[in-house]
Amino acid sequence: MASQVFDLSGLDALIGVLRADGRVVVGPLLRDDAITLAEVKSATDLPSGWGVEIGPGHYRVRRRTDTAVFGHSAGPQSWKRFLHPPHRTLMSSDSSGFHAVQDDTPDYAFLGVRACDLAAIGKLRQITGGRAPFVVAAQCTEPGEVCFCTSMGCGPAAGPGYDIALTERIDEQGQRFLATSGTAEGAAVLARVPAREAVPEDIALAEQDVDAAARNMGRAMPELDLRDLLAAGRDSAHWEAVAERCLTCGNCTMVCPTCFCVSVEDHTDLDGNAERAQRWASCFEIDFSYLHGGAVRTSGAARYRQWMTHKLGTWHDQFGTSGCVGCGRCIAWCPAGIDITEEAAVLSQTMKHGGDRR
Amino acid sequence: MPSIAVWKFTSCDGCQLTLLDCEDELLPLTEHVRIAHFLEVTSVSEPGPYDISIVEGSVSTPEEAERIRWIRDQSAILVVVGACATSGGIQALRNFADVDEFRSIVYARPEHITALATSTPISAHVTVDHELRGCPIDKGQLLEVLTALLAGRAPDLPDTSVCTDCKRRGLTCVMVAHGTPCLGPVTHAGCGALCPAVNRGCYGCFGPMNQPNVPALVPLLRRSGMGDDELHLVFRTFNANAEWS
Repeated sequence: MASQVFDLSGLDALIGVLRADGRVVVGPLLRDDAITLAEVKSATDLPSGWGVEIGPGHYRVRRRTDTAVFGHSAGPQSWKRFLHPPHRTLMSSDSSGFHAVQDDTPDYAFLGVRACDLAAIGKLRQITGGRAPFVVAAQCTEPGEVCFCTSMGCGPAAGPGYDIALTERIDEQGQRFLATSGTAEGAAVLARVPAREAVPEDIALAEQDVDAAARNMGRAMPELDLRDLLAAGRDSAHWEAVAERCLTCGNCTMVCPTCFCVSVEDHTDLDGNAERAQRWASCFEIDFSYLHGGAVRTSGAARYRQWMTHKLGTWHDQFGTSGCVGCGRCIAWCPAGIDITEEAAVLSQTMKHGGDRR
Repeated sequence: MPSIAVWKFTSCDGCQLTLLDCEDELLPLTEHVRIAHFLEVTSVSEPGPYDISIVEGSVSTPEEAERIRWIRDQSAILVVVGACATSGGIQALRNFADVDEFRSIVYARPEHITALATSTPISAHVTVDHELRGCPIDKGQLLEVLTALLAGRAPDLPDTSVCTDCKRRGLTCVMVAHGTPCLGPVTHAGCGALCPAVNRGCYGCFGPMNQPNVPALVPLLRRSGMGDDELHLVFRTFNANAEWS
C-alpha cells in the first residue's frame, strides 16, 4: 500500500476529512489525569506531550520531553466502550406491544488504535458483531511497563484490520507521521490529506522504531502453551494464593478490551412501560454464576481461576483464539496490582514441581 | 390499590426523605399506591395490614424491638432502607462501648433514657424481603424496588462492588491513577459510583459487598496514605456493625 508523510497539520486534516464524511472521531484525550478515549474534533484535542508511567495497580500521566500525541500506552478505557457499550437497551414494550430498539451507534472512526487494541477489536467484534469502525492505528514505538503484546502475538506492529496506520516520529526533522493505508477506504481518505510521498528512509525508520518496541516490552507471558497450563492447573493450590490478594472487584474484566459478558435485566416503570437492557457483567460477581438454588463460583479462587482460564485457555476452544492481547490493562487497573503474566509464571512453576495441588 | 406504609426507627429521616425527593415520580406513584402511613408526609395514619412497608432506622430501644415485630406482622412485603436499617447505622458505634457510660455523660437526666445496649439492623429482629443500602439510599434504587414490587418482578439490586458501576460509567480509578484511598473494591454497589465521579474515594456508606476481601484492601489503603486512625474511622462510621470481613 502507498505511504505518505504529514505533520501535525496533516493529522488535523485527516481528522477533518473523517469528520466531514460524517464519522464521529474518537481518540485519546487527557481527562481526570488519565489518557481517556473521547470524541476528538481536531489535532489540538490530542494529548500532545503527555506520556504515562504504569505499573501493577499504578498509573500516572507524566510530561514527556517531546510533543508526541501518541506517546502513551493503554489507558483506563478501551474501544470496547464504543463497540460494546456498558449499557444497552435491547427492546422495549408498552401498551401497544413490543418494540425493537433502533441502533443509533454512530459511524465511528477510531484514532490512535495500538496493535494490541486493534487485535482486541477483532476478537470483540467476532463475538458482538456490529458495524466495523474506521480504524486509524498508531504503530507502537514505546510500549508501557505492563505491556506484553509480543507474547500474545498481537503487536507491537499493527496486524490486519486497520484502514490507515500511522507511525509517529519526532527527531531533528520535527514531528511527523508516516501514514500507510490498509484498505481501499483508507487509501481514499488518505488521498484527501495533504502530504508528501514517503521515501524509503521514512519507511525504514518507522520499521526500525516498531522493531525496537518489540524488544522493549515491559512484561512477557511464560513461553509455553497457556491452554495446556490452565487446563492442567485446574486444581493448583496457587488459585488460593491469588485469592488472598484478589479483591474480586471486577476491575480487570471491566477494563479488559475483550471481556464481553453482560447481564440482561428487565425494568418497568409506573406507566406500564417495560425495557429489557444489558449491562457489562463480570465473572467476579457472585451473581454471575447464579443458577437455580445458588451461585456455583462463590470463592475468590474459583472466580479468578474462571477468568484467567477462560481468557488464556478455553477462549481458544470457544473462539479459536486467545482472549488476551497483552495490553496490560488488567495489571495496571487492578487496585491490588495482580499481574496475569506473573500468575501464569508462578502457576507454571508450581506445575513443574508437581504435587502442589490442593 | 396497594397500600404503602413508611416507618421510622432510630435514624435521621434522610432515607425516607429520599422518597419525597422523587419529585417527578412522586405524583405518578400516588396514582398506583395508597400512602397509608408516612409521617413525613401526612399525620393521617391508616390501620394495617399494609401491602408494602418501608422501614428506615435501626432497632435501638426495647419499644422499637416490639414495634418492628408488629410492623412485620402487618406487612406483606418489608423493605428496609439505609445504613441504619441494614447494619445498625452510626449509632451502632455504641456496640463497641458501654451504653450506660455514654448515657451518663451525654444526658442531664440519664434515668429518662431507655436504650438497648446495641443498635441492630432490622434483619436481626424480623425477616426482611428487600434491603436498600446507603447513607442515604439511592433514589433510583428506591424507585427500582417500588416499580418492581408493583409489577410483580424481582428488583435489580446487584450485591457486587462499587468498581463495577465506576467502570461502566467510564470513570478513571481514583486509587490507581491518583493515589486516593477508595473503599470501592469492597463496598456494595448501588450509588452509581457517586464519589469517584467527583474525584473522591468511596468511604463505604453502602456497607460491604457480598464477600468483600477487606484484608487485601487494607495494605492498599495504607499505601494511599491512610493510617491506623483513618482506617479505623472509615470502616467504623456508617456501617460499623456490618460484616466487613
